[in-house]
Amino acid sequence: MAESICRVLRDGALEGEHAPALTIKDSIASPFGFHVFSHVLSQLSSFLFAGKSQSRGLVIVSFSRSPSFYLELLKSKGIEVVSSDKRIQILDCYSDPLGWKDRLIEAGSFTALSHESSVSSTAIVFKNVKYMDKLYNSIIELGRGLVGGGKNRFSVAIDSVDEMLRHASMSSVASLLSNLRSHDQVSSVFWSLHSDLHEDRVTSVLEYLSSMVASLEPLHEPANGQRGDLEKFSLIEHNAKKGKFHARFKRRNGRVRLMSEEVRIEQSGINLTSLSSEGAVNQGLAPKVQFNLQLSEKELIDRANVVLPFEHQGNGKPIQIYDGRRSLVDSKQERPVAVTEKVQTNEDSGRGEIIYFRDSDDEMPDSDEDPDDDLDI
Amino acid sequence: MEQRYSNLLDEALGLDQTIEPWPLRGRIVAIEDQVETSGSFVLHHLLKRALSPNSSNVSIFIAFSQPFSHYDRVLRKLGCNLVTQRDNKRFFFFDMLKLQCPGGDGGITPEGGLIALYGKIHETISVLPEISRKNVTIIIDDLSLMEVAANGSSDYVLDFLHYCRTLTSEFGCSLVTLNHEDIYASADRPTFLLQMEYLADILIKAEPLATGLATDVHGQLTVMNKGINYGQDSSRNKISNFHFKVKENIVECFYPGSRG
Repeated sequence: MAESICRVLRDGALEGEHAPALTIKDSIASPFGFHVFSHVLSQLSSFLFAGKSQSRGLVIVSFSRSPSFYLELLKSKGIEVVSSDKRIQILDCYSDPLGWKDRLIEAGSFTALSHESSVSSTAIVFKNVKYMDKLYNSIIELGRGLVGGGKNRFSVAIDSVDEMLRHASMSSVASLLSNLRSHDQVSSVFWSLHSDLHEDRVTSVLEYLSSMVASLEPLHEPANGQRGDLEKFSLIEHNAKKGKFHARFKRRNGRVRLMSEEVRIEQSGINLTSLSSEGAVNQGLAPKVQFNLQLSEKELIDRANVVLPFEHQGNGKPIQIYDGRRSLVDSKQERPVAVTEKVQTNEDSGRGEIIYFRDSDDEMPDSDEDPDDDLDI
Repeated sequence: MEQRYSNLLDEALGLDQTIEPWPLRGRIVAIEDQVETSGSFVLHHLLKRALSPNSSNVSIFIAFSQPFSHYDRVLRKLGCNLVTQRDNKRFFFFDMLKLQCPGGDGGITPEGGLIALYGKIHETISVLPEISRKNVTIIIDDLSLMEVAANGSSDYVLDFLHYCRTLTSEFGCSLVTLNHEDIYASADRPTFLLQMEYLADILIKAEPLATGLATDVHGQLTVMNKGINYGQDSSRNKISNFHFKVKENIVECFYPGSRG
């Protein structure tokens, strides 16, 4: 299923259409958004270097990781970026996003030690993350620098829209993303976001802007309530390496396709398998106690056979509300007064029965009559 | 003797084997505590391990909460002399209690104050000898007070934390922060707390027991060690949960039920 997403991004935009856009969203209960982002990035890069994608270049806008992290990541997938055949450029919004280092250098209290010289050819440092228009221009400029002009296209990957939303207004971020999608040289765009850091409407806006939404949820929902420590811990453990991966595709004709899988986080990346059945999942969480919580076959049948006192049995007989004064079958026999009510199932007759003793024979049976009728006012 | 008790915490953090090179290099540790269960002891423990004679680690301590004398007293009971370490240039104490950010009336603005702090930290690390430069631990006590010092602006604090994070990738330092969960729990969306949880490679939560107060157990620690680095050893990705009891000179950590 993740492969379908990558294929859509690989195939890119049709003439006259907006570029496909993917939102990857997660929450703290299942924080695997970045793993998925890395997976999609690696896949798209492989397609790019194999010449199989529509885009000829990829611009990575990195807010949450250093450029060298991405170079290492791609290297571990067999993609060597630092070479003469440049197809990937990184817009580095990580190292100095607000220009603090420049301000300190001006104040004379900073010795810049450049360790990043090896990546300077692949990464351009961007110091104005509060200005979405400047960011947009830099992305386009970098992309054009990679693929040239004309009809050549490039893809854009933004590792964290959260940082953008922290520095700029939602409308300016939305407008940047929308402009990217509609630029005629952009082949595809994808970004990741943490849904619990923003209001719902912000997440909704970004979802509306995307043609695909990949969301991550915990396998077992952590319910808010009184839970024992062990139970809470066991839930955390379960949700730490696994989760549910939902993908929503919006087709051009308006149809929406939904797919779900189970995602497992492994050393080499993510592993997607089909969802295990809900029953198996839930049974694993039932507390293990020394008495039997399940019903046997016979018990299930007997329970199904119990005649509920006020229920329409569907056999044409009129409903007689049993008031405890006389039995349904034998109306002559006087019932002894019982102090307490008893409910028992009669297993000898082969069907269940509920026997109800009223507290007192003197009581009038319940009826629809107004209890104040006998007052003489 | 101490090793036996703190072993569970060290084990969960990967500090039980060797501490040279510092196992927490390049990683961010976020400690969250509550009023009933203070997490300061984790901070003190990490500081003590970092300043161990077997390690060449240098610690930069940014204190918003207590003066130097307090930490000196606490660490002395744990068997570590902060004054000596400070003189040996292994321990740098930034006293932020006097930091006031009146909010842009010609004095230091909150942003300006934090920029200056970042500059000071960067400078301190840059002038260290090469061997020590790779082995620095930055400790912040605590984030909620930093937010207060920044006039309530969590945005500037998050910016500052981001720049500290660039230090972890630039120099390989480790960053340890302490924050109070219950301060933000009443908010609709505890964004500041969540941001830190997302940022952290290792999240340590000190919480009371679900069953309430007890004399033998002060609380429980949950250590979530994420280990997202590609190509590193997989033993990092694990979760531990155990109980603790804070005593005068030591903190005892033990599995639930193993105490009479």
